[in-house]
Amino acid sequence: MPETILKHTSKTALTLIAFALVFTSLLAYVFQVTKAPIEKSEAEARMALFRQIVPEDLHNNDLLKDAISIAPNELLGNKLPIVANRARIDNKPSAVILEALAHDGYSGDIKLLIAIKYDGSIAGVRVLTHKETPGLGDYIDIAKGKWIKLFDNESLSETSDAEWKVKKDGGKFDYMAGATITPRAVVKAVHKALQYYAANKEALFK
Amino acid sequence: MNQYKEITINGLWKQNPGVVQLLGLCPTLAVTTSVVNGASLGVATALVMAAANGSVSPVRKYVPSEIRVPVFILVIAALVTVIDLTIHGFAEPLHKVLGIFIPLIVVNCIVLARVESFAAKNEPPPAILDGLMMGLGLTAVLALLGGIREVIGKGTLFSGLDLAFGPDFKQFVITVVPDYHGFLLAILPPGAFLGLGCLIAARNWAEQRKANITPSATGSLKPAH
Repeated sequence: MPETILKHTSKTALTLIAFALVFTSLLAYVFQVTKAPIEKSEAEARMALFRQIVPEDLHNNDLLKDAISIAPNELLGNKLPIVANRARIDNKPSAVILEALAHDGYSGDIKLLIAIKYDGSIAGVRVLTHKETPGLGDYIDIAKGKWIKLFDNESLSETSDAEWKVKKDGGKFDYMAGATITPRAVVKAVHKALQYYAANKEALFK
Repeated sequence: MNQYKEITINGLWKQNPGVVQLLGLCPTLAVTTSVVNGASLGVATALVMAAANGSVSPVRKYVPSEIRVPVFILVIAALVTVIDLTIHGFAEPLHKVLGIFIPLIVVNCIVLARVESFAAKNEPPPAILDGLMMGLGLTAVLALLGGIREVIGKGTLFSGLDLAFGPDFKQFVITVVPDYHGFLLAILPPGAFLGLGCLIAARNWAEQRKANITPSATGSLKPAH
């Protein structure tokens, strides 16, 4: 009988719709409630990272708010626009925090956060995300080793272009035996980020 | 036997999802690199299971059987998202570690399996208890496996406790083997398979021992095969 089939079908469909409505409203409510805490904890996590690489005496502005968008760029390796944060002391530029991607790591992209002082020397570098082999290539992460601190105070003037390589390739940067590809990629990415900074210094602080 | 007692024993031992039913192995193998990671995902799964069973059981009579699976998945997905947002908001570092595995609880078959086979046929109180106990059974396996892999792989216990509860808890990290250089195999995926294999073997051994002891305790001989 077509009528009962129709009735049965619509009843079933309505039940599904009712469930969808109830749970969608639940989600909307939870989303609203957790929105502020999520934004706050994300900002705090970012700020905690910034504090590791930008010393307190290098800024007195709100780093998170003083941001500029950077279009996809060969030297930083980003394929989508990224955000750079600027540190200032009494409105005078003191440092910039750039994100850079190294595509030539051992597995997947290595995402770096690089703080460069106004004079072109590095304040600090941290690895944001990576998929390098645990126990071998992961010493680039500050949680696993101090290697990443080699870059502190490095600059284009301090180290010539030819020396921006790991020792194995004739450069000056140390690495750990067993994993050369990873540090090679990081050194290259930091070097390119410094070149990007040198070429776009004024535009970055506008 | 008391129904609630039976549910508890089933979830924690007899039908343990981690070492007996062997359901939901994706998180078991992926996140159990430390006690904290394993236990955190286990607790999140247990909460989802209790909540999913608790929400399906009261409405089970209104859900036509043709659409029960979409409805169950809808309920589970919504609850997982709620947990995901909550962890993201209030335990950001933990979210960073477990991030991609929490949404995966939706497709963890153990959750749907308990909703379908238990909550859809029982009253809410036993259903909630079943979800919770199955979840805690899984949590125990995840924490134990995490512990084994952490001690062998890194020589510590409870590392990362500060991620879940704040920096004050860093003092509770135990260094079991000082100056340990780590045994990579335990941390990498093969370590999960080997560890889980040992756990299953240990459980089967314990069960068999019990089965062998019981008849002799009553004075009868082992039954012939």
